[in-house]
Formats: sequence, structure tokens, C-alpha cells
Amino acid sequence: MKTLMIIINWINAAVLAGTPLLLATNGEILTEKSGNLNLGVEGQMYMGAVTGLAAAWLTERWFGVGGIIPLIAAVVFAFLMGCISGLIYSVLTVTLRANQNVTGLTLAIFGTGFGQFFGEVLSNEAGGYVTVGAETKHVFGNINFGSLTEIPVIGTLFFRYNWLVYFAIIVAVILGWFLNKTRKGLSLRAVGESPATADSAGINVTRYKYIATTIGGGLCGLAGMYMSMVNQKGIWVTNCVSGYGWLAIALVIFSTWSPLRAIYSSIIFGGLSVMYMRVPIPGMPMAIYMMFPYIATILVLILTSIRQIKEHAQPASTGLNYYREER
Amino acid sequence: MLDTKPITVDNVVEMHHICKSFGTVQALSDVHFELRRGEILSLLGENGSGKTTLMNILSGIYFPDAGEIYVNGNLVTIRQPKDAFDLKIGMVHQHFKLVDVFSAAENIVLGLPGGRTINRRALTRHVREIADQYGFEIDPDKKVYDMSVSEKQTVEIIKALYRGADILVLDEPTAVLTPQETDKLFDIMRAMKKDNKSIILITHKLNEVLAVSDRVTVLRKGEYIDTVLTKDATIQSLTDMMVGRSVSLEIDCPVPQNVEPILKVQSLTVLNQDGGKALDDVTFGVNGGEILGIAGISGSGQRELCEAIAGLYPVTGGSILYKNVVDGHEVDENVVGLNPNDIVKKGIALAFVPEDRLGMGLVPSLNMVDNIMLKHYRKKKGFLVDRRTSREIAERLVDELQIVTPDVFTPIRKLSGGNVQKVLVGREIDTHPRLLMVAYPVRGLDINSSYTIYNLLNEQKEKGVAVIFIGEDLDVLMEISDRLLVLSGGRVTGIVDPRCTSKQDIGLLMLGQSIDNEKGADAV
Ligand SMILES: Nc1ncnc2c1ncn2[C@@H]1O[C@H](COP(=O)(O)OP(=O)(O)OP(=O)(O)O)[C@@H](O)[C@H]1O
Ligand SMILES: [Mg+2]
Repeated sequence: MKTLMIIINWINAAVLAGTPLLLATNGEILTEKSGNLNLGVEGQMYMGAVTGLAAAWLTERWFGVGGIIPLIAAVVFAFLMGCISGLIYSVLTVTLRANQNVTGLTLAIFGTGFGQFFGEVLSNEAGGYVTVGAETKHVFGNINFGSLTEIPVIGTLFFRYNWLVYFAIIVAVILGWFLNKTRKGLSLRAVGESPATADSAGINVTRYKYIATTIGGGLCGLAGMYMSMVNQKGIWVTNCVSGYGWLAIALVIFSTWSPLRAIYSSIIFGGLSVMYMRVPIPGMPMAIYMMFPYIATILVLILTSIRQIKEHAQPASTGLNYYREER
Repeated sequence: MLDTKPITVDNVVEMHHICKSFGTVQALSDVHFELRRGEILSLLGENGSGKTTLMNILSGIYFPDAGEIYVNGNLVTIRQPKDAFDLKIGMVHQHFKLVDVFSAAENIVLGLPGGRTINRRALTRHVREIADQYGFEIDPDKKVYDMSVSEKQTVEIIKALYRGADILVLDEPTAVLTPQETDKLFDIMRAMKKDNKSIILITHKLNEVLAVSDRVTVLRKGEYIDTVLTKDATIQSLTDMMVGRSVSLEIDCPVPQNVEPILKVQSLTVLNQDGGKALDDVTFGVNGGEILGIAGISGSGQRELCEAIAGLYPVTGGSILYKNVVDGHEVDENVVGLNPNDIVKKGIALAFVPEDRLGMGLVPSLNMVDNIMLKHYRKKKGFLVDRRTSREIAERLVDELQIVTPDVFTPIRKLSGGNVQKVLVGREIDTHPRLLMVAYPVRGLDINSSYTIYNLLNEQKEKGVAVIFIGEDLDVLMEISDRLLVLSGGRVTGIVDPRCTSKQDIGLLMLGQSIDNEKGADAV
């Protein structure tokens, strides 16, 4: 019974820890489906984290309201900031044809600096450290499902989460439907697989790359906001993203570019990343625990390359910029 | 400009004064082009003469530097592929433009307007309708990566027709097809012509030009030469027009001198990926100073055979004995199981041009010098690479094979398809091998370059090199080989003297049947 409780609580914690990963992973999947390999997720998440917190905090301060309005401000501005970062990446790689790896790494470094710098500015402004009010914290907390929460096992497994958990899953389902079932989704996948083919079929490659990368960035921004508003409960912590952006990039591979598989993959990753708290093994150093998600990624890479399913591979043109008259 | 007015409305396409350059390369200068309604027009020219470029301009991939295009008598501007198929122009590219992980049907509807989601049932039905109308065979749900080249080509053509194309450009559609597949394609083209569609066919095979087209337009080095009626043309006259001078179309086959055995293949058996036998008990010998041709329907084990000899394919049974001199003694060395690098060092070279023609042992983003160096750097000791020798070789190859390139430092992906191939074959010959294997070396090569390659092979033969020539064109094989080995389904069905065997008999052997004077009774 006790082990069952440990496992159930672990799953609950895994879902909570997996949610920002799921959002960022979906963002990166969308981006990579357009053939852009954006390594800047970590930076984009920092930008979203600080912007979301600042928006909530400033809304509280300027308008004197707490709760739902600061929440909306945090979501909207974090998303927009993520979009801007995606847009910057697109301008550099699609229009100016800069190298994707270099641009992505630069974005990661830039975004991290951006977040930490404005986080400090915000802290100074607030006179020491920023924190949002109790009401705002509350709307980012678990949803009140009433007696549903109390059902044994089921309550903990399904009804003890904040709204972003459900939102992230819905986003994943919609993205999966969009990519696999719709005409535009087909076009987007064609752009990522073979831009020359898409182009000669009359698809506007540039537009698809821009839109996918920008919205993908927006999702990463939301993932960052989750780190500052939910994980840190509305308080600025300098290292709040702590490598989750890199984990998300690994998770894209782990879920073999499928938004739906990303749902359970992110829960597994979330579980691995909180394992040290839930299933402590005496004498095992923390650093070993931190390696687990990456070891899992390597295993999946090995397995998928053994099985050789073409549909489960990275979009063929990822990392390459497209120019029609080049050959 | 009076002369730029379209002359008759019967011309569905007219292109006037088209110019296009890429950096310093003038790919097209002042080119004129006309296509009539309901005709099949062949576009001819040597490798790098600008055929693909001209058609890419018509289909919106490239934008011309100068010139006008009229479609159905109207002056048009084609900025992007979409503009082209709005004008009902469809193109099947030299290198297919298909998404590998999509099914045939998905590739066909790609980019077309319509409802938010795709009605797969209606789509499949529509694809089947088109297929039935012209006699295509297609499985709409098959994934492209599972398809053979000819199936991929079918998808490309249907893709164009599905978009309502009335003008269809086929860029070297037959370069990789078997003769049977080519015949089928021609039947389809004739059916489309009857349907009043206009077709532009690019090909290097002049007998095909004579067989299906109505008129022929010739380009030479980016310039328009002339357009003639096919019925007034011969292979010789077309070749002369293309090359700009009279060339001889005889392949000479000098009598072999100093023939000595170099390689003995005994009971060679290899498995394919599914565990079936790709080569089954293959036995033959190869002699220095002679060309051994290998004929067979494509996929009969040719690829596996040369890769096995080169050490690139695992051997299940049998031996490959190579005559080598070790410590002054002649020995028969078994090369099975040696690594490819050691085999190359012993003097066995392989130049293989695969069906897709890309990825054939050259690095597209490197220039000629570096690509040659990939083979040569091992010959020199020392820490630094020696670029000078490679450069000299590169320049010599450009000269000897008339490779069209701005200089030897241009990335080879920028060269036209045929010129890339000359680099490949030239590089292998230049390693001075004792056994040279060439597979499909003239795929996609213009007639003049093909003859250059044939001559090179003959030169090697006269030097005492053993040459294995794997080809598709039976006429060429019969002319150039001293002995001809026929493969069918991985088995040797005959080794014949092409000078005293009829084409029909060889055709039968290719189909797996024995001929009377060979094995007689055990015909299947
Ligand atoms: N995108 C490009 N960039 C640079 N050079 C190019 C490009 N496209 C074509 N060229 C050059 O233009 C010339 C004409 O090439 P094109 O591909 O049209 O020849 P082709 O007649 O189709 O030859 P082939 O029979 O070998 O296919 C060549 O010299 C080629 O190197
Ligand atoms: Mg061409």
C-alpha cells in the first residue's frame, strides 16, 4: 500500500514536472516540422519566464488587482515574448539564411542572459525580491475539483493539477490532429521534409517556416512562464529554467517528433527529473539522477535507429536553410 | 519589337530571348523556344547545355534575367512554381520532388486548395480515375520510400495531371527506366497527346527521340540552335547539331591483346536484405585486356555483384580469387572478407552510378579537387594533404572529358547532372586500377560524352586493364564487350560472344531462359 502511494504521488509529481516540458517540446516539434532546428529553447523559456512574471507583477501593481487578470497578462505576454524570439530566429535563418545551429545556440545564450538580467531589474524594482500576491498564486495553483479530488488513486492521478497541465495536453492533441489530419499540416510537414518539393507544389515555404517557428517559440515562452509562475510560485529565482529547455530538445527526439507521444514521454521525463525527491536511493549522487533523462534519450535514439521507421525520424531538411535557385 | 509577337495561337508556349546566368556561368543566352498544342517535343543538348535551366524557368523554379514568355498567346510572368501550374504547366524534375515519408496520394494533393482536412476516399478515387484514363499503375496509399524509380515517376506525372496540367515537362524521365518501363511511359505520353496535351521530353537517348517525338529543339552551350521535324532527322544529324561538328558514332572494339586472367569468381552467393539470394552460385572469370559486359534486367544482381567484388557487400558463399603478385610469386588471393580499402589498394576500382544518380561516391558540396583528393590522399605519406596533384588531375579531367564547369574549385553540386558523372568515372580511371568496374557510367550522359567514356574504357582495355562494364543499353553492351555475361534473378544464364549471338537470344537469356546452343533442353 505504501509503495502504491509512493508511485501514485510520484506520477502526480511527474505530470506537474512534465507539463513545461510538454509545452516546450510541442513548440520545438512544431518548429522542427518546418525544418528549423531551434536549439534556443532554453533561452526562449527564460524570456517567457521573466516576461510572464513581470506582466503578472506589474498588472498587480498598476491596476491593483490579483487573480485572473494578472494570470491573463502573464500568459499573453509570455506567449508574445516567445513568439518574438521565434520571429528573431526566423528572420536570421529563413530570410538571412544564417546557420541554424549557431543561431539557436546564440538564442539560448541571449535568452538566458535576457531572463536573468530583467529578473534582477525586477527584483531591484521590487526592493529585494519579486513575488506575486496570494490571489495570483492561487489561480496558478491546483484547480478545485471538489470531491473528485478525494477519490482514492483517481483523484491524485487526474484531479490534482493546475489548469496549465490540462491546457498542455489539449495543445498536444490539437497539434497532433493538425499535423496528421489537416491540409495545412500536410503542407507544413512537406516543408520540413523537402522544401524544394513543397515549393514546387506551390506552398509558400517561407511563410510556413515563419509561422511555425514563431508559434513554436510562443509555446516555449509559455513553458518558461510555467517555470516562474507555477514551479517557483510567482517568485523570481535566477536559475528557474534550469536546463529544461535542453531537456525539451532531447524530448523531441524521445517522442520521435510526435506531439501525442510527447504527452507520455514528457511524463516519463518529468518522473525521471523528480526521481531524486520521490525515490531516493541512499548514496546515489544527485548528478546521476540528473543524467537519467539523457540516458533515456540515448536509449530511444538507439532503439529508433535499430527499428528504422522512416516516419519516426527527424524531418529530413531540419537544420538546412532553403533557397530556391540553389542546388 | 515586332519579332517577339507570338506568330500563331497554336503555340501553347513561346519563349523569346531568354537569358539566365548563375554567377559567372552563362547557362542560357538569348534562347528561343516554341511548343505547339498536342505535340511531343524533344529538347536535346549536351550535358550542361541548359535544358533543365530553360525548363526550370518555364516552371517557376528559376527566374530569367531577361526575355519574355507567352503562354497561349498571352505574355506572362512566372515568378514561382504556383504561377506555372496556374498556367497549367507541370514539370517532372530530373531529381524527383517527392516527400519520402508521404504516400503517393499525399504527394499528389500536396499544396492544393480545398477543405481543412483531406477527404482521402475522394482523393484515392480521383487518382484512380486519372490512372485509368491514361493507363498508369499506381497504389495511392504506398509510401514513396517503398517505391521503385518508375513508380515514383508515375506519382510525379499524376501529380502534374491532377493539377490539371496541359503542358507537361519531363526532364530525363527515361534515364533510369528499364526498356519495358520506357515503352509503357511512351504509350502514356501518346495517350496524353491524343488528349491534346503538349509534352516536352528531355532525353539523351536519340532512338527515343526518333520514336516518340514530333519535333526536336536543339540547344548547344546555352544557345538555341534549331528546331527540326523528327521525321527529317537521323541520329547522326541530331548528334552533329548538338555537338556542332560531325562526330563518328562507331564504338570500336579492338581485338583483345595479351589476354590474361585477373579475377576468378567462383560459386559466389550473397543474400539481399530479406534473406533471399541476390546472387546465386555465380561463376565467371575476368581477363586483363578485355571488356566483360554484364547485361540483365535492372535489379538482377548487378549492383550486388560489383559491390561484393569491391568488398562493400557481405558474401555468404563462394570465393573471389584475384591474381596478385606477392613476393615475386603469382598467387590467387581470395579477396572475400577483406576491407574495401585494402581491395582498392590491390588495384580494384569501382565507379557506380546508382539509379537516383545522387550520392554516388562524390561529396556534392566539395569541389572537384577535393573530391579527387578523397581518393588520392592515401597515396601520399605525411601529415598535410597535397592539393597540387589533385588539382592537376582535376584540370586534366576537365580537359579530357570536356567537363563543363567554371573552374575546378566550384562545388560539384552546381554542375549539371551529366558533368558530375564524368567527374566520378574520370576519378576512378585515374587511380590506374588493374580491374575497373563501371556500372551505368553513361546514365544521363549526352551522346558525345558517352562516347568519350567508351573510348576511355577501350583505352584502359588496351593498357591491359580488366574492365567490367555493367550497362543498360543492350546495343552498346554488344558493341563494346568482348564477352557478355547475362544475369537473370541473380543467376548467370549465359556467357556469350556478342559478335555471334543475336539480340533476341540475349533478350531471352535476360528473361531467364536458356538458348538452344547453350544448354538446350533445360529451358524453363
Ligand atoms: N542553381 C545553379 N547554380 C549554379 N549553376 C547552375 C545552376 N543550375 C544550373 N547551373 C549551370 O548551368 C548550366 C546548365 O545546366 P543545366 O542543368 O540546365 O544543364 P542540362 O542541359 O540540363 O544538362 P544535363 O543533361 O547534364 O542535365 C551548367 O553549367 C550548370 O552548371
Ligand atoms: Mg538536366
